[in-house]
Order: sequence, then structure tokens, then C-alpha cells
Amino acid sequence: MSYIKVNNDKVTKEIAEKLINICPFNAFDYENSKLSINASCKICKICVKKGPVGVCEFIEDEKILINKEKYKGITVYIEQRNNIAHLVSWELIGKAKELAIKTKENVYAVVIGNDVENIVKEALEFGVDKVFVYEDDAYKEFNVEIYTNVINSFYQKYKVNVILFGGTTQGRSFAPRVAARLKTGLTADCTMLDITEDGDLLQIRPAFGGNIMAKINTPNHRPQLATIRYKMFDEPKKANPKGKVIRESNDNISKKTTIEIIQSFEKPQVSDISDAEIIISVGRAFKKKKDIELLEPLRKILNAEFACTRPLIENGWFDARKQIGLSGRTVKPKLIINFGISGAVQYIEGMKDSELIISINTDKHNKLFDISHYSIHGDLYEILPKLNDLLDQIL
Amino acid sequence: MKIITCIKQVPASTNVQVDPKTGVLIRDGNNVKMNPFDLYALETAFQINSMTSNVNIHSVTMGPLSAKSVLEEALYMGSNTATLISDRRFAGADVLATSYTLSQLIKHINNYDLVICGKQTTDGDTAQVGPEIAEFLNIPHVPYVKEIIEIKDKSILLRSTYDDYDEIVEVYFPCLITVDKGSNVPRLPSYKRKIAFKNAVIETISLNDLNDKNPNNYGLNGSPTQVDEIFPPTSNTDSIEVFGSPKELSESLFKILKESKYL
Repeated sequence: MSYIKVNNDKVTKEIAEKLINICPFNAFDYENSKLSINASCKICKICVKKGPVGVCEFIEDEKILINKEKYKGITVYIEQRNNIAHLVSWELIGKAKELAIKTKENVYAVVIGNDVENIVKEALEFGVDKVFVYEDDAYKEFNVEIYTNVINSFYQKYKVNVILFGGTTQGRSFAPRVAARLKTGLTADCTMLDITEDGDLLQIRPAFGGNIMAKINTPNHRPQLATIRYKMFDEPKKANPKGKVIRESNDNISKKTTIEIIQSFEKPQVSDISDAEIIISVGRAFKKKKDIELLEPLRKILNAEFACTRPLIENGWFDARKQIGLSGRTVKPKLIINFGISGAVQYIEGMKDSELIISINTDKHNKLFDISHYSIHGDLYEILPKLNDLLDQIL
Repeated sequence: MKIITCIKQVPASTNVQVDPKTGVLIRDGNNVKMNPFDLYALETAFQINSMTSNVNIHSVTMGPLSAKSVLEEALYMGSNTATLISDRRFAGADVLATSYTLSQLIKHINNYDLVICGKQTTDGDTAQVGPEIAEFLNIPHVPYVKEIIEIKDKSILLRSTYDDYDEIVEVYFPCLITVDKGSNVPRLPSYKRKIAFKNAVIETISLNDLNDKNPNNYGLNGSPTQVDEIFPPTSNTDSIEVFGSPKELSESLFKILKESKYL
């Protein structure tokens, strides 16, 4: 078993205090001159790397290593509903192709459904090497139990290296189910992906709920699974199809389920901020909902879409689909103007690739300024009335 | 009917930063609280209690001994019993190892009809643990539940919400659901219950009480993923800083938009 060992013969009160201070998880207890580690430890090894030399040691058992040569192929699960593919699937194919160049692997698409010819055709146009097709009446609507059986059957047959899922509501329910079935790792909402020459997927995402990025890998398990939000990567260009279509038998896949869909309702369409070219985004500095009307002249003249941060969704001021960030939408507009947004890392990851970023805030330490092209230091309640006067003159 | 609710203690502040020089995490304060999503999971259990008879609500958590406080809160809100599972050998658990541990804990409690989890936690932010527990228990799960429509003898009728659509599903017991924020209004802990549960003993168990006692399936050893490195997010160094009076600032903004041809 791997663990952190504390060499108590080297522990003094000062050393104990130092270690307690550097541990981000409050995992040290110091009692009766003895330093011990409690169950809060996440084995981040900061105490080993950054603490006083020789006090904390990482003890690791020898592991039986897997043969990574046996697992080949970067696979994208093509999410579909009513036989229309979710666009995130194509973005993932673009990323999979980039990764595959490094490791000289093939890129695969897995399509599950009924009557999915148009999706298969499109996947080929995006340049995959093989499309594996599972078609059956039972796959018409997404069912997490049945679809997990399908992916399991695919993996047992082909032993692929990587499977990528869109970080949609469906993907985030499905991928963990697959991960537990295959007893492997899964990293949610990756914002960057890379791969080593021997095929280890490097998954980068915000971590510990704060302004930190973590690089995560899956050193000794296959397949490697990750979910990625829509609009995180670019859609690849279509080309002449060169890939093959492989139709799989479904005879040995169990279609048993205890979940029955009684009824399904499409939500009324709201204009999707993911596709907006100009966005005005608002944050917690707005004291009440009505104050957002101060922005109406600017919104009108720019023909912009409104978007917002998570707290405003929680206040009920906006439809949840207007939220930018990892738990909302990822956007890449030509212009985004942020008013009174503090810039949590989850928000920034959802909009940092915008072409022109302008931010207005009173707090000079706010994180959004770090990624903005223009950082305007001021109070929106003072600036907006004056701006509206200027806009009046050109209307 | 027996309901198990999985809850978690999380840091009260998410304002964590990395020291760019030393790479050490700097956490703002040591305060902890119940994961906000779990309040909605608990409230869902209490609502089911008011819709049908003979409901027993058992709250569980995994964490250090100090995580007992979230179980106390759950009892004061309306849970009947609670179990903490704590063991140093769980240290370093990723999503898979955490889900596996919780599934073992749920099997240890046994005879359940429904498991309720919050959609996600505010510290991990993955929303993966609920579905993984369900898979380990070999039971169906329904995510993002926003309404309990009807409790039947052998099944439950739910409304669940996805990006672009809502679904009404019927799912048979035993099953697991995850509950999103805003699906109900969580009650506050009751003072009366606090008095009533003053001397209640919260069951505390460890790895040795579980059916699978192999330590290699838990904690760091049972975790396929590992964190290689943590680092601060990248920043754009060419930022142009604009200072001045409100009038000057509004003129600057106007000028920037004009020069970039948006006005």
C-alpha cells in the first residue's frame, strides 16, 4: 500500500507547525509531540516535496505494470439525440487527430443508435480512420444502462487506448458509468489534452475548486477516459472520407433496463451564447436584477447577447443556459465585455479564448484582468451612466 | 422504504491559489461546510418522506473524523440515522476509489431502496461519483433530478433535466438519483431535533468493517488517476490597464469599442 510516512524522530514543534501550514488539506494532527496524518490526506506529496527534508516520505509499493503497447486507438463517442450528432463530438475528433499524430495511432468513432447513417457519413468526413456502428431498436433513445453495455462490448473487443466523451449533461452521466464498469480513471471537464509518446493522456483541468490547474494522468490503467465541454476545441475541416465503416453485431449485448422514459420535452429555445459573436457578461457586482438594464443601450448598439456568472443563475436572474463557465457554456466570441465579474477559474476557462476581452471591475486583483486585453479599473455604476450618455449621441 | 443519502464535507471557501514560486497551495481559511448540492439531496429525501409512509433516511459520508459534523447537520435537518466511514487507507482516493468505497459502505448498510446524491461537489466539481456508485452497486441511476412526481410500490416517477430537454422517467428500486441545485428549498436544521439528537451516537466504521477488505482497492492504490502537477492558470501579459475618473473610463471604453469597429 502506498502512503506518506512521518519520521517522528525528526519532528520538532517548529517542523510540525511548518508542515501543518503547507498542507492544503489539514491532514496533519500534532498531539503529544507526535505528528500524524489523518484521513483528509490526498497524497498530494507537497509535504514530501516542499516540507523539511526527510521528515515526510512517500512509500510506494511495487506495481505490476500493464503493457501499453497492447492498447491502441483514440476513440470518440459520438453523442446523438434524435439522430443528430452533438457538435462537441466533431470537436473531439479534431483533438483526437492531433493526439494521434504524436502516437501514430488510429482515430475511431463509436456511433450508437438506430438509423444513424447520416452521422456515420459525417464522422467519415471529419477524417476518422474507422467508425464502429452499433444499431438496434433498443438504442433509439439514450439509456445509460444499455449504452454502457455497448461501450463495454466495444472495449472488450478492441482494447483502445483512449475514449473521449462530450462534457454534456448526457456525457457526464454516461462516462462515469463506463469508467466504473471498466474500472479505470476518468477526468471530467478537461480544458487541455496532450499525450506522451507512449500513449499516456495528459488531462488538464481546474482542480480543488479554486484558481488552480491540475495535470492528471492515468499511468497504469486503460482505457483512459475524459470528458470535454462543448466549444473547448475547434471543429476540424471536412475532407474526402478515407475511413472504414464497421458494423458490429449486437446479439451479445444485454438490452435489459429498469429505466423507462415516459415522456420527453424539448426545452424552449433560448439563443445559445455558445454561438454568439458579441457577448456582454455580467457578474455579482450588480446589486439587483433591474440594474442590468443599465447595459441595454450598449447591448442594443452592439447587437450583443447577455451572459452571466454562476451566482446570477443561482439568484434566478437568468436562464441557466446563459451561464458562462465550466458548469455552464464555453464561449469563444469575437468580443466579450465583462462587467463586475471576479473571474473564478471556472468562469475564465469558459471564455478565455475569446478574441477581444474587455473587463470592468473595481478590484485590481481580480483574476479576469490577468487574461483581459483591456482592464478598466472602475465602478460600473459610475461608468455606465456616462457611457450611456456617449452612446446617446451616436444613436 | 429505506433511503441512503451520500453527503460530503467541503471547504467553505474555494479561494485556493498556488504560490507561483514554490508551487504550494494556499488555502484561504480552514472552514468547512456541507457540500451545497447535498442540501438539495437531503431535502429530496425529506420530501419523499412526506409523500409516503415508513421512510427511513440514513445519511452517510466518507472523510476524516471531523466530517461527523455534516452528519449531525443531516440529523438535525431530518435524517434518522448516520454513518461515517473514515480510514487513513482511503487517503488519495480519486473518483473511482471514492465511488468504490461509498458503494462498499452502502452494501454494508444494505436493504436500501433509493440512494440520493447531490449532483456534484463544490471542491471536486466532477459530478461523477453518483453514477459510478450506481455502476458499482449494479443499479440504475437517473441524474439531474428536479422533481419527484410519484412514489409507487416498486418504482419512482421522476422529472430530470438535461441541457436541451426534460425527461419524465420511471425507474425501479433499488436505484440511485442525483439532485441538482434549485430543485427544492432545503430546510434548516431544527432546534428541536438538535436537542433530540444531542446524545445520538453516529456510527463510525473503517475499511475493516467492509466486505472487501483488500486495501489495494481503496485510496491511492485504488485510484487509476494521479495528479502530476498543479500550477496557476496562464495569464495574458499584454493587458492594457485603464485608470481614471468614471468619465474618462467611459470615454476609454467608448474609444476601444470604436477603434475595434464595434461602434
